Amino acid sequence: MISKKDIESLANLSRIRLSDAEKESLAKDVDSILAYVDQIKAAPVDDSRSEAGAVKNIMRDDVAVSISAEDRERILDEAPKREGDYVAVKKIL
Amino acid sequence: MKINLKTLTIVKAHESLIKGDFTAVQLAQAYLDEIEKKNDELHAYLEIYDNVLVQASFADKAIATFKKEKKDIPMLMGIPMAIKDNILMQGKTASSASKILENYTATYDATVIKKLQRENGAVFLGRTNMDEFAMGGSTEKSAFGVTKNPHDTSRVPGGTSGGSAAAVASGMALAALGSDTGGSIRQPSSFCGVVGLKPTYGAVSRYGLMAAVSSFDQIGPIAKTVGDAEIVFDAIKGIDTNDSTTFGKDTYAPKSPPVGQGKKKPVIGIPRSFLGMGGIAESVKNAFRETEKRFKDLGYEIQDIELPANAYALPVYYILNFAEVSSNMARFDGVKYGLHADGKNSIEDYFASRAAGFGPEVRRRILLGAYVLSSGYYDAYYYRANAVRRLITKDFAKAFESVDIVLTPTAPSPAFKIGEKTADPVAMYLEDIFTVTANLTGLPALSVPAGFAESEGKRLPIGMQLTARHGDEATLFLAAKDIEAGTDGMLLAKKK
Repeated sequence: MISKKDIESLANLSRIRLSDAEKESLAKDVDSILAYVDQIKAAPVDDSRSEAGAVKNIMRDDVAVSISAEDRERILDEAPKREGDYVAVKKIL
Repeated sequence: MKINLKTLTIVKAHESLIKGDFTAVQLAQAYLDEIEKKNDELHAYLEIYDNVLVQASFADKAIATFKKEKKDIPMLMGIPMAIKDNILMQGKTASSASKILENYTATYDATVIKKLQRENGAVFLGRTNMDEFAMGGSTEKSAFGVTKNPHDTSRVPGGTSGGSAAAVASGMALAALGSDTGGSIRQPSSFCGVVGLKPTYGAVSRYGLMAAVSSFDQIGPIAKTVGDAEIVFDAIKGIDTNDSTTFGKDTYAPKSPPVGQGKKKPVIGIPRSFLGMGGIAESVKNAFRETEKRFKDLGYEIQDIELPANAYALPVYYILNFAEVSSNMARFDGVKYGLHADGKNSIEDYFASRAAGFGPEVRRRILLGAYVLSSGYYDAYYYRANAVRRLITKDFAKAFESVDIVLTPTAPSPAFKIGEKTADPVAMYLEDIFTVTANLTGLPALSVPAGFAESEGKRLPIGMQLTARHGDEATLFLAAKDIEAGTDGMLLAKKK
């Protein structure tokens, strides 16, 4: 059984604030979903290694690509807070 | 002239644009008028772009230039299309139907947008509704309201690309782009009576698609006919240095034997014991039997196949979905872009922004992902799910030694009622039983309309799903066209 405390710990790891009511309902949902996916504990497994796609180790040349001033503006403009050409955050130390 | 949008296809519109029956501007205006009439009720589009007619007039100029220079005009030139809200178009809002990106303006074009716009001259009408960050199966998880099924507005259009499928089915777009993580193109196509293709993993670049589950996600077309879906697929596929999973022509070509392995028609494989698992609506079973019979009548060989590990496909799919979702959603921090909510210090900013921005289903999956990836449970869930995923892939590889196509229904039922499955997340997850295998294995799969269910005086479309070998979309198109010829495609829906 997933307790309210477990949900709080997962929410903390996930950096999401939850209301008390949502903690209760999530504990119930998570329980029923885990009960469902627990089926795989009975599944046979294949222990060989493989990747998701057929292509692997695809590398681009390690060169710096410059972007235009307009592109840089567009990206910086999406930051909720900016100071000049920096993305602004609260003081950390 | 009055353009008949009901029966219009890309192929027909292309001919008319060349002949001069109508211009791209007139065609775009016809769609804008239709959207004006229908979108308030159906809510397929979240936004109609303000520059649709400008785009269309560019297409008209390009058509004139191509004609003058006697060059072949690209099939999609001047064709009005809808784009799912998780695909970036520079300067336009792209929100993934989430509050956290409600005011986000895309800073660059997705590769598929570049290809459609710059290389083909397609006209983008607007962005379509979806389940938030492509998590759901009904478009009910959008932060901006549910889309309604054009065949019965008390029902869902399916999801997560529900807005795109509803737009095409209702004549509000000639074709659309969706994205498919566990059936998100195919299931809404089935519910709305249109054709939807989830290409081979890596066939289409995902650069500029918001990542949900990176090892499953593919962009693909939703269209009225198989031929139209093929045209859009041909325009967007191909290798891209901005997506390392994309592959070139040779990756799968040598491994795929020719269609039907020298026989006249492809061989159809039916996983009967998997289909016997229960939970499939009678109407869907009937449509399946009719499709099987049609293939037989046309001279296709039918073989029974076994896919034993498929019994675990859904739990495997969801464990991996939660894990990858929790990691992909970590980028939304209220700092770089998107919604910012203030806390008392910078870590509290994260907690506040993510709580304010993510809807309940996204939150649930992030927490579940944190759970299945946590050190005590990693082996039991994430590691084991990947190991079973490989078994499922091997089952399909074995089946494809003797057949060319695996036939199943696309979804276990026709479109369900709005609100019917929202209370129980597991009931919603069961919707994906037939579609997730193509994402787990990377195989291409297509949903084609193959019948109807009669319910409360409405005709609800039912789609059949064809799955083929990696890189073998050609066989899907070939066989799906044979089903389409028997049912007259989605146009059947309009006959009664």
